[in-house]
Amino acid sequence: MKLPPFEYACPSTLSEAVALLASHHGEAKPLAGGQSLVPMLAFRVASPSLLVDLRKLSELRQIRITDDSVTLGAMVRWREILDDARLRTAHPLLVVAVEHVAHYQIRNRGTVGGSIAHADPAAELPGIVVTCEAKIDVVGKAGTRTIDAADFFRGPLITALEPDEIITEVRLPAWSARRRFGFQEFARRRGDFAMAAAALFYDENNGNAYNAHVGVTGVADWPLRLTAVEGVLDGATINEATIARAEAAATAAVDPPDDIHASGAYRKALVGVMVERALKSAAV
Amino acid sequence: MPVQFEVNGKPVAVEVEPRLTLADCLRHHLRLTGTHVGCEHGVCGACTVLVDGAAVRSCLILAVQAEGAKVITIEGLSLKDGLTPLQASFRKHHALQCGFCTPGMITTAHALLSEEPDCNADRVREVLSGNLCRCTGYISIIEAVLDARAAYKHDGKGA
Repeated sequence: MKLPPFEYACPSTLSEAVALLASHHGEAKPLAGGQSLVPMLAFRVASPSLLVDLRKLSELRQIRITDDSVTLGAMVRWREILDDARLRTAHPLLVVAVEHVAHYQIRNRGTVGGSIAHADPAAELPGIVVTCEAKIDVVGKAGTRTIDAADFFRGPLITALEPDEIITEVRLPAWSARRRFGFQEFARRRGDFAMAAAALFYDENNGNAYNAHVGVTGVADWPLRLTAVEGVLDGATINEATIARAEAAATAAVDPPDDIHASGAYRKALVGVMVERALKSAAV
Repeated sequence: MPVQFEVNGKPVAVEVEPRLTLADCLRHHLRLTGTHVGCEHGVCGACTVLVDGAAVRSCLILAVQAEGAKVITIEGLSLKDGLTPLQASFRKHHALQCGFCTPGMITTAHALLSEEPDCNADRVREVLSGNLCRCTGYISIIEAVLDARAAYKHDGKGA
């Protein structure tokens, strides 16, 4: 369907962008890559009176890697993450997850901030930021603030963002060199929305796992950390018996609803399989 | 509102509503009807064009967002006479039947082969998974793209 009418502004500073959003009393939306927002307009799921295009805000396009963190500007595109050779060692879990984002053409346009603000329960990056305990920096009329990823997602397509707030960057804690990780996603066709996905990592000491982080997407209203599975892994040797216990704990930890794509029981089983496969790929 | 960009090497200036997609701008305002509009919500890939060298869905970009960009459409990847190596490969392998998806297949494959002339069949499948074809079953399209790789290795452009 053709898009509904709206006004359009393309400010050249962040403060101008915030002022534009604030002046429209919740009726304005930031436009980043547009790969989720434009379909929502076409479907009339969203009908903002003003779109504030962020494309001129070059300060939101940076990828910074320091000893403490990997920082992704909100307007960094998927393609730029995949093309940045530094990230393959600085945050390999992020890179593997982004390889699963949508299709080739979408990855050329879609952005970090757009995905997080859109908050699709099946999307990859929201799962990564929750799993990795990222910090999300935002700016609004009241100034800047930092939101923990764990507190950011409030429901399907619902976040902690105020209507006048714009995500500026996402900070992932630094990766450790010998960390083990896995990312597994199941969709009927590569690039489609995930029916379930698991992202996980752990460090090792004398052959035992510690600092386990396990997250799943596509099975609840927002990405979930599975602390029960982390409890199985922490202190354990990652072998077949541990993986079987982790799979059982993952399946027990989620209670997805039925929908047109799959029954809740199917998704519940799928979560266990995704965790099992992610652990197996992490262990090799 | 006014917007200026470059299409197939020529500067264009058009007056558009903000809600007009780049796809509709190309078709209706610039009469470049080779860009096909299938689903209008970013699923089918028929409307794929190149914006600043990257394959993108023109139904998910507003015309006003293209300000200052270099846009290449299927018309810009075609010759006045005869076929480009990629087009010739599509014909040789019977990689189309109704032809509706073909402009999007060609623009996407051109972007892929320009960047990765050594890509393998898995990579071609992965990239073209964002383009729907309801006629061919894809196998002939994959073969056509793989067969066209040689042209991109030689002169780096293919088209």
